[in-house]
Amino acid sequence: MSGSEVVIVGGGVTGLSAGWWLARSGVKVTVLEKFIVGWEASGRNGGGASHYSSPLFDEEQRLWPQMDELLGYPTEHQKGRILIAMTERQWDQYRFIAERHTRLNHPVEVLDVKQVQEAVPLAGDNSFGGVHYKFGGHANPQRTVQAYAWALQDLGGTIIQHSPVTGFETAGGKVTSVKTANATYGCDAVVVAAGPQIPQLMAQLGVDVPLAAARAEMIITEPAPMMPLGGVDGHKIYGRQTLRGNLAYGGGPHEWLDVDATGPAARPSTPLARNLAKRLAELLPKAAHLNVIRSWAGVIENSPDGRPIIDRLTSPDNVVVASMSSVGFGLSPASGHAIRDLVIDGACSFTNIDLLKLSRFDGLEKDWREKRGWMPIA
Amino acid sequence: MDLNFTGTDVCAVNGTRSAPEAKYDLVVIGAGPSGIAAAIEGAASGASVLLVDENPVSGGLMGNDTPLYFGGRMTAATQNADRMLEAIFMSMPDLEKAMEAGVELLLGTTAWGVYRNGPGVQSLPEQVVGLADAERSWLVGFDRIVLATGARDLAIAFPGWNQPGVMGAAALQMLLSRYGAFSGRRIVVLGSHDLALETALLALEHGLDVAALVEVRDTPQGDAALLEKITSAGIAIFYGQSIAASKGGLDGIESITLTDGTQIACDTVCVAIGLIPSIELVDAMHGPRALNAARGGYIPAGEPNVTAVGLCAGLPDTGFDHVAYRMDWVRAALRVNAPDTIICQCEDVTLADLIGIQPPNYLPRPATLQARSLDTLLNDGPANPDQIKRLTRSGMGVCQGRRCRDQVAMMLAIESNKPFGTIPLATHRAPVRPLPLKILAEWDEPAAMDAAWDVWFGIPTQWVPVEDIGTEYQDAHREMLYTGMYT
Repeated sequence: MSGSEVVIVGGGVTGLSAGWWLARSGVKVTVLEKFIVGWEASGRNGGGASHYSSPLFDEEQRLWPQMDELLGYPTEHQKGRILIAMTERQWDQYRFIAERHTRLNHPVEVLDVKQVQEAVPLAGDNSFGGVHYKFGGHANPQRTVQAYAWALQDLGGTIIQHSPVTGFETAGGKVTSVKTANATYGCDAVVVAAGPQIPQLMAQLGVDVPLAAARAEMIITEPAPMMPLGGVDGHKIYGRQTLRGNLAYGGGPHEWLDVDATGPAARPSTPLARNLAKRLAELLPKAAHLNVIRSWAGVIENSPDGRPIIDRLTSPDNVVVASMSSVGFGLSPASGHAIRDLVIDGACSFTNIDLLKLSRFDGLEKDWREKRGWMPIA
Repeated sequence: MDLNFTGTDVCAVNGTRSAPEAKYDLVVIGAGPSGIAAAIEGAASGASVLLVDENPVSGGLMGNDTPLYFGGRMTAATQNADRMLEAIFMSMPDLEKAMEAGVELLLGTTAWGVYRNGPGVQSLPEQVVGLADAERSWLVGFDRIVLATGARDLAIAFPGWNQPGVMGAAALQMLLSRYGAFSGRRIVVLGSHDLALETALLALEHGLDVAALVEVRDTPQGDAALLEKITSAGIAIFYGQSIAASKGGLDGIESITLTDGTQIACDTVCVAIGLIPSIELVDAMHGPRALNAARGGYIPAGEPNVTAVGLCAGLPDTGFDHVAYRMDWVRAALRVNAPDTIICQCEDVTLADLIGIQPPNYLPRPATLQARSLDTLLNDGPANPDQIKRLTRSGMGVCQGRRCRDQVAMMLAIESNKPFGTIPLATHRAPVRPLPLKILAEWDEPAAMDAAWDVWFGIPTQWVPVEDIGTEYQDAHREMLYTGMYT
C-alpha cells in the first residue's frame, strides 16, 4: 500500500500512533484534528502503560521501552509500577492480581510495608503492603502525543489542526474522501479514531458504533523529591510521579455526558479534587503537605463492555474504526500497530483482536445506555 | 456470573457529592475597598453576606510570590500571622463597619474555586465556592457572588530577575502600606506610568531611597502632576532604556545596568509596568471574559449572579493602552535578554527553551527535537500557551504561572507576529491558589462518595484479562475486583 493515501480522523493518541505506524510503512498520511493534537483525553490522563487485561498487552510491553528511540522524541517512559494497599480489602484484591500475574509469568513481587517505603518514600508505615509490577510503567501523555505527531511529520505525514471533519464522500462501497469545512481530502482508506465523536461520524456512514462519553478528573501537586518508583497506584486512585517530581492522580466517580459532533462543550473540574486529595494524602501520607496546583477533567468514551473497538468495516470496506474505550494512552504503541495492520493487511499480525470487533454489539438493545445507567444527569 | 443491568451506574458521580457547609445570599471574595462596600451594601439590603479575604497569606505562600510578586523582600514580621491580621484591621477600618453591618468576615481564607452546573457538568447539588484557611477546606453555597479579587503584578523578565529583590508594585504597596514589612532600602522602579509614579512616591513617603525610574519608551507615560512630584524630588528617569544586566549576591539584587550602560546600585527592582486584573476564579469557572487593553487586559465579561467589582473588573480607564505599553517592554526584553535568561522561575525555563519549544533539562534533546521550535510549531496552527506549557513546562510550577503567564503570552504573540489578543489565554485551573493535599482533602466526605468510588469506571468486563475470558478465572476476577454496577 506504499504510496497510497490514508486519512486519519482524530489527532488523539490512537489516531496519531496509527498515522505514525502507517507512515513508517510508506503510506501518505493526513491526520485531521478538530483542535490541537492530544487536546482531549489523550493529553489529560494518568499516563499508565501496564494493561495486562488487553490482547494488545504483549505488544504494549514490547514497544514502550523502545518508543523514545523509535519516535525520536522523549516520552518520559519509566518502567515498573506498584500497587499499595491501604485497606485489608485492597490487600486481598492486589494479592489476587499478583497471583494472576504469577500464573501468566508476568514478573511481580509482593512487598511488605518496609519494602514499599523503600521503593516509595512518600508512603507511610500504615499500608498493608504492596505489589510491585516489574513490567508496565508510565509516560508523559502530553509529551508522548506530541512525539507521535512530530515523528509522523518527520516521516512525511501531514497534520491538519483546527479542522473538524464534517463528513465523507463514498463511491463503490468505499470512502473516497473526507471533508472538513474548508477542504476535501481524497483517500484510499480512512481511520476514524475520533474518541467520543466516533458515533456521530460513523452514523454518517450508516454504521452504529455504541459509545457513551463521560467526564473524569485529576489533580496534580507541586514537585516532590524523586522516588525510586514513580508509578504508584492503589487505594482506588491511579497516577504517577512525573519526572519533574509532581504527583498527578485521578480516579473516582465519573459523570456521563452527551457529546455532539464538535466534541465536549467544556471539560470542567469539580470539587471532586477534594476527594482525590484525601485519597492521595492517605496513599502517600508523607506527601500530605504538598500543594495541589491544578485540577482538570477529560472526556472519554466507553463501549458497552468497556473494551476497545478496533475493526475494519465490511462496508465501506476501507474504513477502520478505533475507540480504546477510555484506556487508550498506554496501549497506543500497540493500538497504532494493530490499526496499521488492519488498514494495510486487513488483519492484525501480532495478536488476535477478534474480541475487539464491532460485530460483538450486533443486536445490542437500543436502550443499552439507559440499562447501564450511563445517561447524563437530566 | 451473569450481568444484569440495574439501570443505575453506582460508580457515577450522581448524588455522591456533599452539600455545602453553609449557604449565603451573597458571598464576596476579596475584602478591599470595593469588596467591603459590596458586602455592606448587601447586608444593608437584608441579605446574608459572607466576606472572605485570603490575606494574611502564610509566609510560605508569600515566599512563592502568592498572591502578589513579593520578591522575597518581606521582613520577618510577615511570619507572624496574628500581627499580620492586626495590621489588616488597622489599615482597613471599614472591616469593622462591615462586621457591625452584619457581614460575616473571614480573613486568612482563600477562595480557590467557584463551581456551578453548566456545559460538561450537571452533578453539582448547587453552586458553591471552595474556601480554605490554614486548617481545612470547605464549600459554601451562594445565590450571588461578588468577585473583588483585585489585581496582581505583571512581571517581565530581565537578566537576573530570578533573584530576591525583584518584585511587583502591588506587592511593594501592600508591604509598605498595609504591613510595614518591606525589607529593601534602595529601589529602582520600572515604568513611568501612573502605577510606577504612585509606587515611587509611596516609597519616598516611607523614607526609602528611590534610585531611579526606568522607562522603555522615550517619553514619560503617566499623569503630569505625579511626574512633577517625582522630578522635583530629584529622582532620575531614564528614558528609552530597559535592564540589560544585573548583579546580585546572597541577599539578592545589588545593581542593575541599563541598555545604555548606566549602572545603578539598588537592593530592589520594582516592576511597576502594569497590573493584571485577578480573574483566576472567573476563568477557572469558565466565566465569560473579554480583552480590554484600556482596563489592563482580560476582564470578566459579566453574567447573572456573578459580579466583578474593583480592580478585578478592570483598571480605571484613563485612555491608556496598557497592552501596547506592556508589549513595548516585552519587545525590549526579547531584544536584550540573553538566550539563557530564565523566563519561568518555578521550572527554570529559559528564553531559548521557551522560543525553541525545548523540554526541561532532565530530558534528552535528540537532534529531531532540537530541530523543533516555535516556528515549526506555528506551521501546524496558531500558538496556544497551554500547548507550549505542556512542552516547555513554562507556567507549570508552584506559583501557578503568576510570574510568567502574562509575559509568555506576550512573547508568543510577538514571536508569532500576531496581536496579543489573538493568542489564547493560558487556562487558569482550580485550586487557583496552591493548597496542600491535607488542606484540600474532604476528610469527612459522604459515605455515598466512597461507595461510588472506583479507580476507573467500574465496568466489570473492562479489566478481565483476555486470557481469562470464559475461564474459571473470569468470575473470580469479577467477584474479587468489582462491586455494585451489576447484580
